[in-house]
Amino acid sequence: MAAACGWGLLSPLRGRLRLRPGGAGPRAPARANASASAAPLYDVVVSGGGMVGSAMAAALGHDIHFHDKKIALLEAGPRKEYDRLPDSYSNRVSSISPGSATLLSSFGAWDHVCSLRFKSFRRMQVWDACSEAMIIFEKDDLDDMGYIVENDVVMSALTKQLDAVADRVEVFYRSRAVGYTWPLPYHSCDTSPWVQIELADGRRLQTKLLIGADGHNSVVRKEAEIQNIEHRYDQSAVVATLHLSELSDTASSLVWSTSHEHASELLTMDEESFVDSINSAFWSNINHTDFIDTAGAVFRSAISLLRPSGTAVRQLPPSVAKVDPKSRAMFPLGMGHATEYVQHRVALIGDAAHRVHPLAGQGVNLGFGDVACLAHHLSAAAFNGKDLGSLKHLLKFETERQRHNVSLIAAIDALKRLYSTRLAPLVLLRTWGLQATNALPPLKEQIVAFASK
Amino acid sequence: MWGGAAGRALGLSRALAGRRAAAAVARCWRAADNDHGDLSFQTGPRGTLENTTWKIQLKSHITLPVSLTEIKSLFTTKRLFSTSRSTVDSKEMKKFQLLAHKWWDEEGEYSALHSMNDIRVPFIRDTLLNMSNNHQLGNPLSGLKILDVGCGGGLLSEPLGRLGASVTGIDPLEDNIRTADQHKSFDPILAKRVQYKSSSLEEIVEESAETFDVIVASEVVEHVADLEMFIKCCYQVLKPEGSLFITTINKTQLSYVLGIVVAEKIIGIVPEGTHEWEKFVPPEELQRLLESSGFSVKAVNGMLYNPLTGSWSWTESTSINYAMHAVKSGGQGQSSYTDPSSEMQREQHSATAGTSM
Repeated sequence: MAAACGWGLLSPLRGRLRLRPGGAGPRAPARANASASAAPLYDVVVSGGGMVGSAMAAALGHDIHFHDKKIALLEAGPRKEYDRLPDSYSNRVSSISPGSATLLSSFGAWDHVCSLRFKSFRRMQVWDACSEAMIIFEKDDLDDMGYIVENDVVMSALTKQLDAVADRVEVFYRSRAVGYTWPLPYHSCDTSPWVQIELADGRRLQTKLLIGADGHNSVVRKEAEIQNIEHRYDQSAVVATLHLSELSDTASSLVWSTSHEHASELLTMDEESFVDSINSAFWSNINHTDFIDTAGAVFRSAISLLRPSGTAVRQLPPSVAKVDPKSRAMFPLGMGHATEYVQHRVALIGDAAHRVHPLAGQGVNLGFGDVACLAHHLSAAAFNGKDLGSLKHLLKFETERQRHNVSLIAAIDALKRLYSTRLAPLVLLRTWGLQATNALPPLKEQIVAFASK
Repeated sequence: MWGGAAGRALGLSRALAGRRAAAAVARCWRAADNDHGDLSFQTGPRGTLENTTWKIQLKSHITLPVSLTEIKSLFTTKRLFSTSRSTVDSKEMKKFQLLAHKWWDEEGEYSALHSMNDIRVPFIRDTLLNMSNNHQLGNPLSGLKILDVGCGGGLLSEPLGRLGASVTGIDPLEDNIRTADQHKSFDPILAKRVQYKSSSLEEIVEESAETFDVIVASEVVEHVADLEMFIKCCYQVLKPEGSLFITTINKTQLSYVLGIVVAEKIIGIVPEGTHEWEKFVPPEELQRLLESSGFSVKAVNGMLYNPLTGSWSWTESTSINYAMHAVKSGGQGQSSYTDPSSEMQREQHSATAGTSM
């Protein structure tokens, strides 16, 4: 009786260790017979070789406590590496926060990025289309706020670093995993305690820990039957590479989130009209109303009474000169968050765990944050001789990341909804809110610090 | 261990004195097995009953024409049963028999032991790293031979094996060894590095004199029958300058209230009846026993379990749980009293720079 009470008090993990005999459908738990034991056993398998998955494999491969462990990375696509960058910029670009740059430099990938190409930025300015409100973020010290890097550059750097530890990390290109078999939480004599992975070409792998980094349509997450809260925005993002009308010829990256119809229009129109649309979106006052403009002006003068320096140097929106040919593309947007990031012998990172709107440029940084946190916990577990797939330290990773991610994801979603409307009350709210936030440096510092992690 | 001894006794009798002697021994063994008393002769009605049963059997044999050697062998087997010169307590064995399959359920009866790995493995690992001069990257304990006494299901042997040591785990209960063997069999690295044997400590003393670099006796000494003999056996099996790590429970009012009443009866984090307060060992007494047997105690740390978080932490007070590290004196026989600060300095100087942290 006392023991039962004890269990009730002290078993937060009970619900997690579902005794599912081997996944959905007719798949039986792996029998520890000769054919199963012939499948090579890895300590960690990362499924998904995108930026986040490759970073995870590289971080573990370069970790000193994983010196004698076997790691595998499964990537469905071919190997991507550039000895020489193409002259034109790629249209898929990410904003890398300082925290992510620290992670990349911890295993030597940031040096490769620097030697290829990237651009650091120190200042971020946000305009509201429906009013004159705007907010400026910049760091007081001379540190960079972030870096704009093409995704291909990041991938190339990661591939180089994976090659450097090829004795520990085995990368399987053109290998898609089609099936996973989950072990029971505590195994009996005749079932294997490891996760079984079946590849499309019939090969089998076994692993003590499976890390799912296979994107927002994660197969790992679906097979593990982890519930995903998801929501499709009725928006698509149009990406393009632009050239601004500055004296020097600098390129700029565009991510335009808009409705699906408008996005298709933008893609099909000719380049001149496209440039015109961008400029009018920045400069036109179509969406302004007098009411909002007056209210905003009043608020601004009120702030300047309290804080004379509350309004900083105001940069005008850019004007676009031309767009790179064939650089336009679009992809649908959505939001998603997995209710659990971990299960026995499974962990999710990157978009498999959470998917956000690109408005804040945080998507890949959340993923890199997951990588840093999980690598830290796995490294500590390896140094303590623990079983890597054990739920205890995986739950520590989940708690730490969920605490960070949930607030950020909720904030991004709220911002998206707030800024998707033209209704006067909400526009007023966000105008005043933006102006007030702009006038409070401590608040802005907090925001920048949180986003830079 | 009992199984082994009884088996040997049976074998001896069968070989020399024929079936009747064997049956007598077997009957006595079974009689002792059925009631939960110790086979060592203790005061109490059950004990005296055993005495008389045994004497009767013996008398009936003496009347038969048996050789002197047979009588001697019977007497020797009697001595094996009659004295408490063994570290294994059969009552304790029975307690663990029931839970022999539950070792590896991390949320089950042994969850506190699983989470104790979070502090005892780093304690052992860091102490050994500080004492050694060279160690491989990623394998902090490689090259060390470790004996895990009372390994149970192998909860501590496996992490030490993963860190690179060659671990031998012994436990008197065969079911525990079976569970441990089966759990490690799926991992090829562990299967190579960790070996289990169903035996008591004194049984391996002859074949393993001075073979181990480290002995780990975690949550064991509060279950042994003869602690002094246990420590002497540890001394014999350790190499000179070898380390002995012990974690156990102090014998205080607090440990009774928290360790038995609360832990077993109220919250139920320890299976009921696991511990007997009488057998708890205060650190002063353990230290005295260790130093009189040729060990030098290097460190004593208190441990505290938080039942709400299910985790252990180090603490100043050794009132409840504590861990002790002792080192077997070197070949020349140093005196047991050493100045702890100079010892520490000597160790630090001998350890070259470079821990793999």
